[in-house]
Amino acid sequence: MFAYLLRRLIYAIPILIGVNFITFALFFMVNSPDNIARAQLGSRHVTTEQIQLWKKQHGYDQPLFKNNEVTGFQKYTQTLFFEKSVDLFSFNFGKSDQGRDISRDIGERMWPSLALAIPTLIVGLLLNITIALFVSLFRGTFFDHSTMILCVVMMSISGLFYVIIGQFLFAKMLQWVPISGYQNGWQAWRFLILPVLIGVISGVGAGVRWYRAIFLEEMNKEYVRTARAKGLSPWVVLSKHVLKNGMIPILTGIVVVIPMLFLGSLIMESFFGVPGLGSYTIDAIQAQDFEIVRAMVFLGTVLYIIGLILTDISYVLVDPRVKLNN
Amino acid sequence: MTSKGIGLLIFLFSTSALAAWNNPHIVAPNSNVYHTAFTGAPKTLDPARAYSSDEIAIIGQIYEPPLQYDFLKRPYQLTPLTATALPTVSYQKNDTVYTIAIRPGIYYQSHPCFVPSNLNLSAQQLNSINVISDFKQTATQELTADDYVYEIKRLASPKVSSPIFGFMSDQIVGMKEFSKQVSDYIKQHPDQGFIDLRQFDLSGVKIIDRYHYQITIKAKYPQFQYWLAMNFFAPIPWQADAFYSQPGLQDKNITLNWYPVGTGPYMLVENNPNKQMVLLKNPHFHQEFYPGSKDRLPFINKIIFSLDKENIPRWNKFLQGYYDKAGVASDSFDQAIRLDSKGQPELTQEMRDKGITLQTEIEPTVFYVGFNMLDPIVGGYSEKQKKLRQAISIAFDYEEFISIFLNGRGVAAMGPIPPGIFGYESGEKGINPDVYNWVNGSAQRKSLDEAKKLLAQAGYPNGIDPKTGKRLVLNYDVSMSGGPDDKANFDWLREQFAKLGIELNIRATLYNRFQDTVRTGKAQIFAWGWHADYPDPENFLFLLYGPNGKAEHGGENASNYENKQVDRLFEEIRLLPNGPLRQAKIDALVKIARDDAPWIWGFNPIQFTLSQPWNSPRPAHAVASNTLKYQKINPQLRDELRAKWNNPVLWPLVALGLFLLAIFVPLIITYRRRENRPNVKRIK
Repeated sequence: MFAYLLRRLIYAIPILIGVNFITFALFFMVNSPDNIARAQLGSRHVTTEQIQLWKKQHGYDQPLFKNNEVTGFQKYTQTLFFEKSVDLFSFNFGKSDQGRDISRDIGERMWPSLALAIPTLIVGLLLNITIALFVSLFRGTFFDHSTMILCVVMMSISGLFYVIIGQFLFAKMLQWVPISGYQNGWQAWRFLILPVLIGVISGVGAGVRWYRAIFLEEMNKEYVRTARAKGLSPWVVLSKHVLKNGMIPILTGIVVVIPMLFLGSLIMESFFGVPGLGSYTIDAIQAQDFEIVRAMVFLGTVLYIIGLILTDISYVLVDPRVKLNN
Repeated sequence: MTSKGIGLLIFLFSTSALAAWNNPHIVAPNSNVYHTAFTGAPKTLDPARAYSSDEIAIIGQIYEPPLQYDFLKRPYQLTPLTATALPTVSYQKNDTVYTIAIRPGIYYQSHPCFVPSNLNLSAQQLNSINVISDFKQTATQELTADDYVYEIKRLASPKVSSPIFGFMSDQIVGMKEFSKQVSDYIKQHPDQGFIDLRQFDLSGVKIIDRYHYQITIKAKYPQFQYWLAMNFFAPIPWQADAFYSQPGLQDKNITLNWYPVGTGPYMLVENNPNKQMVLLKNPHFHQEFYPGSKDRLPFINKIIFSLDKENIPRWNKFLQGYYDKAGVASDSFDQAIRLDSKGQPELTQEMRDKGITLQTEIEPTVFYVGFNMLDPIVGGYSEKQKKLRQAISIAFDYEEFISIFLNGRGVAAMGPIPPGIFGYESGEKGINPDVYNWVNGSAQRKSLDEAKKLLAQAGYPNGIDPKTGKRLVLNYDVSMSGGPDDKANFDWLREQFAKLGIELNIRATLYNRFQDTVRTGKAQIFAWGWHADYPDPENFLFLLYGPNGKAEHGGENASNYENKQVDRLFEEIRLLPNGPLRQAKIDALVKIARDDAPWIWGFNPIQFTLSQPWNSPRPAHAVASNTLKYQKINPQLRDELRAKWNNPVLWPLVALGLFLLAIFVPLIITYRRRENRPNVKRIK
């Protein structure tokens, strides 16, 4: 297993270089270093000399990928791509184009993201499993059919619609919670209820359908028939045996998203004013802050790779039949 | 949800310190706190760099340049702030010298930078510092002329990257040389954190004594006084620069970019640009009174700026009473405003019932459609080319645009100068005779037939290009907003040109590319705008000044318009004081520009501000940024109305519980019946 994990980690390096390269190429396809400088300096009264000076101060005065003014290996090392990328691999994210320390910003902003993402994940998981169990118990009935139709309808609705309707109904009409905003500490719960609720509801359609499919597959297995033949009630079979075995694909599916929780939700954070990493990324894209964008994409890639490795490990842990080897 | 769950929810809400469940603010009742929103995180709060409205709205309350705008007088007028009087102006050879006297006895907010031991922190001390409030020792010091001079030097420092350096270095004597001197020093000492700018001489800026300093401007630039009311010329003590230059603090984002040090009525006590910025009354604030009264400023103890990017939540919070003032966005316009029989905006009954009041003010801003004068088709100065532009100007119905896309929140512009700025003429005298006729006491756009006639004279009868025999195709460059109005807007634009038989090709691109297209002179027709730096006609007419051409000189004349007569008149206008002579010159310039038609003159937006009933009436001020010190609220009335407007509706919780019961009880009954039913049928 150790060799397998080591190999996966080594594979991660070219993936990270590739993702970084693509991020770099895409970003500079639509933004030139001049544009980045203008975004920071503003568009009024700014002279060409100032643009050049800003670029020099922030390291944007180098060619993108190949420096023809030098020779040898320096052709590739004295470039914007190399100089901006090399520190990433030591997780030194440096300073944003606005001059803020990115690592520190990430450290501060991941907590609101987690405060929103963890309850959404846990509550959503519990709710979806509960509904899926009920639906599986009554499979083939009117309740099952109508729930599935409702799930398809819920899946078809845009996430933004849930946000707008949720804010209108719960915050404006019923006045149960603040429309948006955030406070640190224990007061945060008042601001998190609505986005968590909306996050959970918007995920119910897909979640219930997936978990139902897993449970139904389990229910068709022979051990279920044996258990029923022994006289166990359908509910006991479902809650004690089917649920336990069905949790294997569910948990392994969840493990992959756990590291991504740090990155937050782009839409929810922006609409609810949660100062997490999702809105951090969106703001950086809008402000053309390349340093933050590449740092967040790099971090996202690393976390995704970690998620995949953790999934592999979780397979071994929950299913003794699986072995990780070369 | 079970009854226990509902009970817990109610308990949690009822134990909250707030009267209303939906209150996004955590403040004690009857607090003299002003709540407002900002829509984008400020990039910087450094007075040498901040230039966007979100940034200036905050630092305008903290930093004090020597001058400010009189809050009540119209047209806008400069008045001393920290200065004892308006600067005295003298002339030395070709240069202009501004001498500014500062009032003694003005003190900074308490700040750690004024404690000498904090200017050289050890690594151990730095370890215990995470936010600026971790500094236990703070002090204050008196404002001196030295601090103003230090800030002007910062404008030229390569380390600061001030956006106005390029412009100011053309105005202030010796600024370029100073910048080079500092730049060379930085090259020689690349690792030096704090560079004390006092050691370098800036020939155009001199300290006379503790309370007096002089700025020498190349030649004459009377509008320079307005710059002295902007944050760029606010004081920065050298200690602040030294304090924030310590590398350990920079790594913790404790920099002058984020933690201002000012003498103003407020000081920043919480800086979280991603959530909220909190300003507290500065206990060291000098004596200042509301104009014409003995009421000491500021009235409000605390200001909370909350980040609220989306229109809908921001608007709903205003309706719930959680913001004290609000603008009117398109989404909420119909709910807030209706137009009376004369087309004048007034509040809807819903707003009036709440006691909300409306203020409108035409902004010193112009949004226009520019013709690139370098373009061979729409540009140029021949009669035919002028007539083409004039024809398009008539067909381009801005009144309709304002009605459809702005809900009437704008006025069609007759020239480059917006209403409220000296040089603007109203009534018949002020209309653009190339586009409008004066009919029955109002301006009426010329008929489409007249536009078509001009088009034919321009060589494009019915919009047909004689070279190709097909419809003339023109390109319109615009930045995509990505919003839902884009398509409707583009369709409307095409329709305006189609009225003349011209085909409009819309080149909607990303903002950066659009800017590049205009900057390099590759655009043909484009949408552009300008918001005044200061309320002087020069700040609008310079957009038509030839040497400011964007493509050739990198200036703000985006149309690249160049007319020797206009240039000569502009050079005269910029030096003249407001008066009949200046007005006559402006009229002459505007007449020529209207005839040349380098712009479709566009519109001037009207700012709509809604004010809650607990605000004391205050006029809107479209230029000044330090106006929060004049605001006054009645917190008791606010608490009462908030409580009245925000009562949680609880019956849906009960309905939800009953609904769940109605679903699950039959299911459980069905399940039990099924379980009790024998699986094997007995055969009788």
